[in-house]
Amino acid sequence: MSAHLPVSLAAGLRRAGLPLVLALFAVYPFAAGAYFVDVGFFFGIYALLGLSLNIVLGEVGLYDLGHAGFYAIGAYTTAILNTRFGIPVLLLLPVSALAAGLFAYLVTSPVIHLRGDYLCIVTIGMGEIVRLALINNPFGLTGGPNGVYGIAAPSLGFWVLDSSREHYFLVWIVVGLAILALRRLQRSRIGRAWNCIREDEVAAQATGIDVRRHKLLAFVLGAVLAGVAGNLYAGKLMVVSPESFTFWESCLMFCIVLIGGMGSVPGVVIGAAAISLFPEIFRPFATYRMVVFGLAMILMMMFRPGGFWPRRRGGLEARDLLARLWRRHD
Amino acid sequence: MRVFLEQLINGLTIGSFYGLIALGYSMVYGVLKLINFAHGDFFALGSYLGYTLLVFASAVLTTHLGPWTGMLAAMAVAALSLALVGVLVERAAYRPIYPAGRLPAVVSALGASIIIQNLIMIVWGPRYQAYPASAIPNLRLEVGAFGFTALQLAILGISFALMAGLYFLIQKTTWGAAVRATALDRDTAALMGINFSRVIRFIFTLGPALGALTGVMVGMYYRQISFTMGWSYGLKAFTATILGGIGNIPGAMFGGLILGVVEMLASAYVSTAWKDVFVFLILILVLIFRPTGLFGEKVAEKV
Amino acid sequence: MTDPAQIVLETTALSKLFGGLTAVGELDLKVLQGQIHSLIGPNGAGKTTVFNVVTGIYRPERGRVLFEGQDITGLKPHRIVERGIARTFQNIRLFSNLTCRENVMAGRHCRTHAGLAASLLATRRQAAEEKAILRDAEHRLRQVGLWDSRDELARNIAYGRQRQLEIARALATAPRLLVLDEPSSGLNPRETEDLMEFIRRIIREEHLTVLLIEHDMNVVMGISDRVTVMDGGRKIAEGLPREIYRDPVVIEAYLGAGA
Repeated sequence: MSAHLPVSLAAGLRRAGLPLVLALFAVYPFAAGAYFVDVGFFFGIYALLGLSLNIVLGEVGLYDLGHAGFYAIGAYTTAILNTRFGIPVLLLLPVSALAAGLFAYLVTSPVIHLRGDYLCIVTIGMGEIVRLALINNPFGLTGGPNGVYGIAAPSLGFWVLDSSREHYFLVWIVVGLAILALRRLQRSRIGRAWNCIREDEVAAQATGIDVRRHKLLAFVLGAVLAGVAGNLYAGKLMVVSPESFTFWESCLMFCIVLIGGMGSVPGVVIGAAAISLFPEIFRPFATYRMVVFGLAMILMMMFRPGGFWPRRRGGLEARDLLARLWRRHD
Repeated sequence: MRVFLEQLINGLTIGSFYGLIALGYSMVYGVLKLINFAHGDFFALGSYLGYTLLVFASAVLTTHLGPWTGMLAAMAVAALSLALVGVLVERAAYRPIYPAGRLPAVVSALGASIIIQNLIMIVWGPRYQAYPASAIPNLRLEVGAFGFTALQLAILGISFALMAGLYFLIQKTTWGAAVRATALDRDTAALMGINFSRVIRFIFTLGPALGALTGVMVGMYYRQISFTMGWSYGLKAFTATILGGIGNIPGAMFGGLILGVVEMLASAYVSTAWKDVFVFLILILVLIFRPTGLFGEKVAEKV
Repeated sequence: MTDPAQIVLETTALSKLFGGLTAVGELDLKVLQGQIHSLIGPNGAGKTTVFNVVTGIYRPERGRVLFEGQDITGLKPHRIVERGIARTFQNIRLFSNLTCRENVMAGRHCRTHAGLAASLLATRRQAAEEKAILRDAEHRLRQVGLWDSRDELARNIAYGRQRQLEIARALATAPRLLVLDEPSSGLNPRETEDLMEFIRRIIREEHLTVLLIEHDMNVVMGISDRVTVMDGGRKIAEGLPREIYRDPVVIEAYLGAGA
């Protein structure tokens, strides 16, 4: 599979790796032009979205193809509360996150017990319902197909964050915090319970794990993080419209988790890089860009179905994991 | 009353479209446990191929042989082409991925869908195309107080005939039994002498062909087609599949009909804007209270 | 007369139906403290269904399940584990892509408490709890002789050892009743001997009671204190192993009439 480096070199790389990566991230916005800093911002948003879906899909193994709905709730909560009541955007970050989380709780509670594929369809339906509801402008709140505009930039007292660089750092600091939190969860009793549920739900129940509660928790936490992404997105773009929250977006997030490596935090970040940088790299081939993207997806699954950076080397390869799931679900 | 009947007919028409497309999803899902995202795009491709034929052969077909021949010719060409495309896509994009498991297969299907949809956009352009007016038969019939077009009746007739034929095929013939058996228990079916590759070839020719036929009918009925129609019809058709019960092939047809009728009635009596929301809500409610679909799937898990 | 304090598990008139099929009908079962109680019978007799009802996977249509005097009928599976019943499965159900150690650590879930906040903040209490979980997992792995394989993935270890891992995971939940579904299935005679010895040992060490389904008569005769025989969902015989062995009703159930 992959070449094995001598142990010392590998360890050395690993130790040097993280500080090096952090340095690169810190220096990048000063070296690149505004346009590319914006690309870096969206990379961060996708990383956040990927990490949020990773909780549901990667850790617990629930197929969620409606995750853009939670992203939308976060973005629109920020948009509406800021434009109508003048509440500062940064203050709305926890509010939007909670709104998305609450929505997830209410909406997934009745369906969380459904078997894998059915839950998948329900999530697709939920995502579409959110999008359609936003387009239909209920109570005149959501601005219909044009969305809500005039959202203020996030601010800390008198310091207004409105440059590309400031947004870039804001999003990546949030991503950093999210990664820390997720790593901790992975190593905790809850994270273990999640992984057990992914492996074998019946066995997890029989081992004393409250499966329903943990699935619901995963959805809510995933929604909370997606809501955060929505808030940051709204604060940057200053406009939110239903087009940004389509089924296609949910598919992209799904692909990020899968291509990066299920349940793998570095993998998800790499997957987000692939998804957000891809259109930029292939800009010259504009018309054929998407065809190449589709082709890349297929080839990726053919040659590296475990993802770019699977959680366990020689272990949690998607191929084997899912072959077992496949047999069980037949 | 008149509105109700007209909406009912509309609902059955679009429902039969959903049903015919849903068949393709159901067969593939039943046998391979794969959500073939590209199936909606097979439908769209069929529609565009029919369009191309009618535009370029319009002189011969519609002028000399009449619009009905044109329609049938378009359907035939679309169906045959997509039967081929279906098998090719399965061979190239799906077969190599099966060993990797279900989720990689779904991603691959998404990739295939993206490729086909964008190829359609590149070849035919991103704007709407319309089936040429000369190709549409415009005979109108009046039955009492209700007016229908001959086209509408013909499409309903063809759709129902196809569905009846499919029902017969799946439930009463050995081919159909082979598909059902493989969907239920692949290994045992193989042990019973059912050739898995043949079953695959069967569902990947029949499904896409049906989808393509439906695409031509949709083109004739609504005239406007766009490269994103695969996405929108596909999603609805897939929910019809679930409504009928995953892997339940006749169920998919009924699921489509029910979905179409509910959608039309919702748009007439609730609101056009919210009709899709209504449809999805119905789906979710069905799944909560009758999780195996309206007609039940035929899978159980033993602990 | 059995001292009621000694009854660990009791089912009264327990019935489980699947549509028209009576999988379990009017079953009265009493399992006594510290005993190894075997449930035997031909295939399809309803034994695993009884297990599934007792462990909360199915709800019975009629009857009750009492554990240590408390009614646990209809409780969810994880609650029943919390009460003190742990089980293994006929077809081993391990967490295949987790390591042996992680499998056993999962068993400690219901006995530990760290919640979302504690885990996110990595409190001292949570850290201490994690250490305790690791210690307990080590103890269990050593108990079944799997400490060497602690970092191997569960699906990569040998079949016989997978069985032991499943038992270790069940033991990690600190049960008072261990319910084993065909534990010797797939094991060779030597492994079966080891298993029997192991079961005897943990009963002594952990003050457990064991209820098991078995087809291997050597195991049944070798370690059971009491045997219940089922056929067609009903109890057809009960008693000491040697009584059951010669009971003509039992023989007929297994071999058919005229044996």
